[in-house]
Amino acid sequence: MALTPDDVARLAGLARIDLSDAELAHLAPQLDVILESVARVTEVANADVPATSHALPLVNVFRQDVVTPSLPVESVLAMAPHAEDNRFAVPRILGEEA
Amino acid sequence: MTDELMDYDDALALYDPVLGLEVHVELNTNSKMFCGCSTEFGAEPNTQTCPVCLGLPGSLPVVNGKAVESAMRIGLALGCEIAEWCRFARKNYFYPDMTKDFQTSQYDEPIAFDGSVTIEVDGVPYEIPIERAHMEEDAGKLLHVGGATGRIQGAEYSLIDYNRAGVPLIEIVTKPVRGTGYNAPEVAKAYVSFLRDMLRSLGVSDVRMEQGSLRCDANVSLMPKGTHELGTRTETKNVNSLRSISEALRYEIRRQAAILASGGRIIQETRHWHEDGGYTSPGRNKEQAEDYRYFPEPDLVPIAPSREWVEQLRGTLPEMPSVRTKRLQEVWGFTDREFGDILAGSALDLVEATVEAGASPAGARKWWVTELARRANEAGLELSELAITPAQVAALQKLVDAGTINDKLARQVIDGVLAGEGEPDEVVRSRGLAVVSDSGALEAAVDRAIAADPDAAQKIRDGKVQAAGALIGAVMKEMRGQADAAAVRALVLHRLS
Ligand SMILES: [Zn+2]
Repeated sequence: MALTPDDVARLAGLARIDLSDAELAHLAPQLDVILESVARVTEVANADVPATSHALPLVNVFRQDVVTPSLPVESVLAMAPHAEDNRFAVPRILGEEA
Repeated sequence: MTDELMDYDDALALYDPVLGLEVHVELNTNSKMFCGCSTEFGAEPNTQTCPVCLGLPGSLPVVNGKAVESAMRIGLALGCEIAEWCRFARKNYFYPDMTKDFQTSQYDEPIAFDGSVTIEVDGVPYEIPIERAHMEEDAGKLLHVGGATGRIQGAEYSLIDYNRAGVPLIEIVTKPVRGTGYNAPEVAKAYVSFLRDMLRSLGVSDVRMEQGSLRCDANVSLMPKGTHELGTRTETKNVNSLRSISEALRYEIRRQAAILASGGRIIQETRHWHEDGGYTSPGRNKEQAEDYRYFPEPDLVPIAPSREWVEQLRGTLPEMPSVRTKRLQEVWGFTDREFGDILAGSALDLVEATVEAGASPAGARKWWVTELARRANEAGLELSELAITPAQVAALQKLVDAGTINDKLARQVIDGVLAGEGEPDEVVRSRGLAVVSDSGALEAAVDRAIAADPDAAQKIRDGKVQAAGALIGAVMKEMRGQADAAAVRALVLHRLS
């Protein structure tokens, strides 16, 4: 199931990572090694071993529905590259509608 | 708007519409889904955010237990199964309404699934099969600056308020709804209206479409009559009122029918409803199919509601509004029209409380639907905002039933109660409104009326009973309306027999 540079280009596009052709060619076999290693683990696990998404067997961890203080708006907006009217300002998104 | 449209009746003669409805409901919890920020609507922008809902590195979400409880109650009210075990998932996408670059949602393990509800349009029942109800979080709110229309196309930049990001959201998705035919747009509208009433009675959401706490995406596709294969659907967004739901669907049905009939193909796309112009236009154009790369959320542990918890929540479900209205109409014995007046006037709760306070259903209905509705209307108030309680209306009706006051005086009593003069009986006393039952005073007034109009009196003696009207009128006038007209009539006839 060798990954092609095209596969990597698609993944890179989804992740909004700009990669050159040389980088795509370089990364494809590296990602392949990772996928092959994971596939080997799958072979070891029998059908009676359930897939694990969490390290601890915990369920139902809830908080009470209680309001706690939020951050001061000044410190929130200090993280914004640009702000206007107490809002984050971002470039317009082309070809899309909200 | 340049779309070719087919006449609605012609479209329905050729095609069967198949609906799919996605409704998003903001829960009315105090705090957000995964953090303790307030969910209060209308706060100053970005004053209700924290490291968790801003997705800052190192922050850890924790699920709001109340939101899970609300999600399960919604699922149960929709007749769904409640998952024995389910997880949250990350839905990855890049859009500035989410700082995290993913939305925490549920993917193939929704908390509630496989339900159904029945709604009615013009007395015809339609079953709406429910695919799932899952938990997720709302996104921030974008404001587009610089575009001519304020829509994003042509906008120069966007301003974002993250107060809404992380507010608990339940998405309710139907299975394909077939067989609604001509009524399809009205069925969709009735379904959302049903959900709104149901969610309100559950007390889990403010369900205010105008504030966005209830939002609907309406999918529709057309099948040529006699075939069974689903056609390509479009999804219409920005449908922000009940009326828009039926109008947007009607438009899409007419648009798709025109394309199909001319041999064209429907493009699977998201379309935008324009309330002002009454049309839809293509929305987000994707070069390739969405790939959200869902995966289980590692920062949140699974949810495994015990069956005891589920049953305990089932026990908290209120009577569903549709069941309640049917029951009340039957118990009260109203015709569809009489009952319809109550529903149309949003008087159901008030009439019910008035009946519970001891009034007859007819009496309770009469005051709320006519006299009080008129006053609320004049004052620009909701019926429930009038300064009179169901208990006071019941007391008023009891005074009428007892003959203490008549309907005309009762209106003056309402004046008094609304003016803050106290309970109905106090108003009767302080304004001196009781019907005069002192027979001596009445007899004296009758005698004076007879003496003042000997012609009428003679006619009655001669057997022309209809002449009594003039004398009764004179007595009522003298008593300033505070007499029982039937009693006066009996007295006049007795005196002149
Ligand atoms: Zn927060």
